[in-house]
Amino acid sequence: MAYSDKLLDHFKNPRNVGTLNKSEKSVGTGLVGAPECGDVMRLQIQVAEDGTIQDAKFKTFGCGSAIASSSLATEWLKGKSIDEALSIDNMDIVEELALPPVKIHCSVLAEDAIKSAIKDYQEKNGLEVTAQLKEH
Amino acid sequence: MSNKLIYLDNNATTPVDPRVVDAMLPFFYQKPGNAASRNHPFGWAAEEAVDYAREQIAGLINVDPREIIFTSGATEADNLGLKGVFEMYARKGNHIITAKTEHKAVLDACKKIEKLGGQVTYLDVEADGRVSLEKLEAAITDKTILVSIMWANNETGVIQPMKEIGDLCAKHGILFMSDATQAVGKIPVDPKATGVHLMAFTAHKMYGPKGVGCLFVNRKNPRVKVTAQMDGGGHERGMRSGTLNVPGIVGFGKAAELAKAEMEKDTAHVRQLRDKLEKAFVDNVEEVYINGSIEHRMPNVTNISFKHVEGEGLMMTFNQNIAVSSGSACTSASLEPSYVLIALGLGDDLAHSSIRFSLGRFTTEEEVDFAIDAVTKGVNHMRDLSPIWEMYKEGVDLESIEWSAH
Repeated sequence: MAYSDKLLDHFKNPRNVGTLNKSEKSVGTGLVGAPECGDVMRLQIQVAEDGTIQDAKFKTFGCGSAIASSSLATEWLKGKSIDEALSIDNMDIVEELALPPVKIHCSVLAEDAIKSAIKDYQEKNGLEVTAQLKEH
Repeated sequence: MSNKLIYLDNNATTPVDPRVVDAMLPFFYQKPGNAASRNHPFGWAAEEAVDYAREQIAGLINVDPREIIFTSGATEADNLGLKGVFEMYARKGNHIITAKTEHKAVLDACKKIEKLGGQVTYLDVEADGRVSLEKLEAAITDKTILVSIMWANNETGVIQPMKEIGDLCAKHGILFMSDATQAVGKIPVDPKATGVHLMAFTAHKMYGPKGVGCLFVNRKNPRVKVTAQMDGGGHERGMRSGTLNVPGIVGFGKAAELAKAEMEKDTAHVRQLRDKLEKAFVDNVEEVYINGSIEHRMPNVTNISFKHVEGEGLMMTFNQNIAVSSGSACTSASLEPSYVLIALGLGDDLAHSSIRFSLGRFTTEEEVDFAIDAVTKGVNHMRDLSPIWEMYKEGVDLESIEWSAH
C-alpha cells in the first residue's frame, strides 16, 4: 500500500506529541478506540479564556494512518474556536492525507477524538455540550 | 544505509538461489519441449529433466520419485490432497480433522468440503501452538478418514509432534496428511518415517521458483489414491492434469538438491542469526513476548509481540529498509488480527503487536545487526507516541478502562 507524502511526513515527524494536564479545567481530553481493535487515540485540547484552542496534544497507539490522522487533527485544532473545531469532518482528513478506503476508520477515530475532547472540556466547565460523536 | 533493503520475510517467499536460476534457464528457449511429447527429442529432453527433478525432490524427503505429483504450488497440493481424499474415500467416511492454526489453503479447502457434505473438526491448539494428542484422539470417530496437520506453522514456526500424530493415525487406520510447506528443505522431513501419507510443499519457500509445488502421495502400505481435481490430459498418473511446468520443475529439483546438501549449514546459519536477533530484543526492549513454542520451532523464525505498539505502525518506521510481516489486522483488508496468534490464546492487543521475522540462506549478520537497531528504535518511537504505553508506565490498569470499541 503506497501512502501519500503528507501522511508519511505526519507519521515520521508527528506534530504535537505529548500530554497536557488533564486535571486542569482548561484542558479537555478525548480517549477513543480500544487496544483490541488496534487503535487508541488520546487527543487533548487546552482552551484559552476567549474560547480559542491554544494548544493541542496527542498520543496514538495504532497504524501509520491513525498516527498521521491524529497528528493532523492537532495541527488543525490550534487557533480554532470550539465551533470551528466541531466542524472538522473525518472526510477532510481523508482528503488531506489521501487515506486509502481501508484506512477511513482512522479518520473517523480522529474526528471522534476531537469531539470527545471538546465534550470533556464543555462538561468540565459547565457549558452546554454541543459536541456529538458520530454513530458507528 | 538509507538505500539498504533487508529481506527478513523468507516465510512469505525466498529469493531464488542463482544456482537454481542457472539450472532453469536452458528450459525456456534451448530446450522448450513438452514433457508429454513422447515422439521427438524436444519432448524426451523435457521428460528426462522432469524425471531427474522428481528424483532430486524425492531424495530430499526420502520417498519414491513416483510418489511426487507436481502441482502449481502448495495451495493446489493442499486442495488436491484434501478434496481428493474426501472424494476417493467417501465410502469409508466423511470426517476430517485439522487444526485452527492451519494455513488458509487447508482451512478454506475444508470449508468447501463441509459444503459438499463433509464433516470437519478444527482442533484448538495449546498455548505453545502445538496440537494436543489427547484432543486429537478424542476427535476421531468411525467416520474419520483423514487427519491434516501442518508440519511447521508459517506465522510462528511452531513444529507439530508429527511422529506422535503419525503413530496415532496408524493406530486408528486413518490417513495422515501434512502441509509441510514451511518445513521441507529447511529441517529434515521424512514422511514415511513419520507416518505421513500425503504431504504438500512448494519450491518458492526453499529458494526455488514460484508457481510449482507438489503433493507426495504414498504408494505402498497403504496405497493412497486421490481423485483428480483438475481434468484434462491425465498427466501425473491421472491425479493432476496439465502440461508440466518444465523450467519450474527443474528449478524445484535443483532447489531440493541444494537444500539437502546444505541443510546443516543453512540451519546453523539461520539459527545463530535468529537467536542473536531474538536475544537482542528480549535483552534490550521492555515487554517483549515470543509467540509459540520456543523448543519446537523452525530455526529461521521468530514471532515477537512488542506490547503496546501496533504492528503495522511499527513496520512503517523501518519498512523502507526492512521487510517483515505483522499479525496486525492493519496489514490486511480484514480487521481481524492473526487467527493463528488468537488460537494460541493471545489477546487481540498482543496479536496486533506482533512481528514475524523469517530469516533465510542469504541473510547476513550485518543485516541482522541493522534490523536490531532499526526495530529497537522503531519500538521506542512508537511507545513514545503510544497513550497506552504511557498509562502502562504510570501503573494504570488497562483492563479497568472502558474502551469504546469501534
